[in-house]
Amino acid sequence: MAKVPVQFTLNGAEKAEFIDSGTTLLHALRDKIGDTSPKGGCHQGTCGACSVIIDGELRLSCLTLAETCNGAAITTTSGLSEGGVLHPLQRAFLDAFATQCGFCTPGMIMAAKVLLDHTPNPSRDEVVEALSGNICRCTGYEPIIQAVLTAARSNSQNAA
Amino acid sequence: MALALQTFSTVKDANAALKATGTRYLGGGTLVVRAANEGDVSISSFVRSTEPSQSAITVSGGTVRIGASVTMAAIARHPDLGTLTRAARAVGGPAIRNMATVGGNLFAPTPYGDFTVALLALDATVSTDGGDLPIETFLAKRDGSHAIVTSVGFALPPQGGFRFLKVSRIKPKGISVLSIAAVLEQAADGTVSAARIALGCMADRPMRAKAAEKALLGRKLTSDGIAPALAVASEGTSPTTDPIASAWYRAQVLPVHLGRLLLGQVAGMETKA
Ligand SMILES: Cc1cc2nc3c(=O)[nH]c(=O)nc-3n(C[C@H](O)[C@H](O)[C@H](O)COP(=O)(O)OP(=O)(O)OC[C@H]3O[C@@H](n4cnc5c(N)ncnc54)[C@H](O)[C@@H]3O)c2cc1C
Ligand code: FES
Ligand code: FES
Repeated sequence: MAKVPVQFTLNGAEKAEFIDSGTTLLHALRDKIGDTSPKGGCHQGTCGACSVIIDGELRLSCLTLAETCNGAAITTTSGLSEGGVLHPLQRAFLDAFATQCGFCTPGMIMAAKVLLDHTPNPSRDEVVEALSGNICRCTGYEPIIQAVLTAARSNSQNAA
Repeated sequence: MALALQTFSTVKDANAALKATGTRYLGGGTLVVRAANEGDVSISSFVRSTEPSQSAITVSGGTVRIGASVTMAAIARHPDLGTLTRAARAVGGPAIRNMATVGGNLFAPTPYGDFTVALLALDATVSTDGGDLPIETFLAKRDGSHAIVTSVGFALPPQGGFRFLKVSRIKPKGISVLSIAAVLEQAADGTVSAARIALGCMADRPMRAKAAEKALLGRKLTSDGIAPALAVASEGTSPTTDPIASAWYRAQVLPVHLGRLLLGQVAGMETKA
């Protein structure tokens, strides 16, 4: 089958690839571009492990066709640390033991990042709502919720 | 096997491409890409249209037009569509709402289609390139439909005149046990002068509760007043059994939740009374 071109920015860097038409963004990111931070858990939209941010909105890369992302700005968890320094959300997940096997973590962090980008000081209910499309099968949700609230607090302290 | 995606700048061209066997229209993809991922071999290619009118929301003179490609998230945050926020937010979690379109929701099988339940109560009109259809007719014929839906339109109900309720086991996000939407008009003495009630998960697609609507006419929205409507709420329903609930359970709890909706006993619900 003829390949089709896709072009977008991934974590600020221009990416251009030829892919099979109909390839999901998850597949393109992991197997073509080599960003394995989004995980394929269910490929059904149910687990949220494949969550990425497309033009500022949380999306499921397993249900998004890569060709529909031409010209988009895509953010994944692998783009969050700067110069080897972890993003406050990554730091908070580590410190709060909010990650065990880590499979859900990149998706959780993407969902949390979108929340904090729009709502820097969320309530607990807002955190629960923001993470409601993401499933964790081993850590349990409480440490994850606490990590997001901690990251929000450390963000606002840094901003002060 | 990889699937082809064909993108067209007009609905007309996309409609023509959809005539080929194995092609499916691609909205937000939350159902149709999922089906392809699950191995649905009946799908060999996707077609989509990027015509801008399909992504527009217009509200003027009390009439609303929502393009078929508009997402649940866009409806939920629209300043003039506060009435529908609850119904739009009833669909999936945050990422799903950023992707799920109105057009796709119209085709979503039970237990999905929560937003369509709202549209059915609102007596929406479904538009395609070939013309307009009342939503009830559209839903009855949708299985054989190959025409791309371009938009839905309806009159905004007066403040507090629209009620919506979704019952799910997982909060804040979960698939419906059932959903109910109602548009009620009341006379000055509080009696119901017009009622449209739509039910989700009580058949293979959203349906009207016509017997209950009729039984509400001339009645007040009190426990006694709504009792006859609740007694006939299940008339004509054929709920499904799925991992969320059995058909029996859905039938048992429908009058309970309809009663709460009519009496305004749903947390966060705004009613006129
Ligand atoms: C995890 C998860 C949770 C969900 N939760 C809910 C929920 O709580 N409530 C709910 O209602 N739904 C839910 N859904 C189902 C689905 O997300 C929604 O129903 C959504 O609105 C479908 O829209 P879409 O744009 O993604 O449809 P698509 O998957 O793009 O399309 C669905 C069908 O409609 C057809 N179609 C789409 N647009 C058009 C058009 N404009 N013209 C003609 N045909 C068209 C497609 O060809 C396809 O057959 C959920 C799905 C998932 C994966
Ligand atoms: S892999 Fe995308 S939601 Fe599970
Ligand atoms: S840390 Fe293992 S699934 Fe969440």
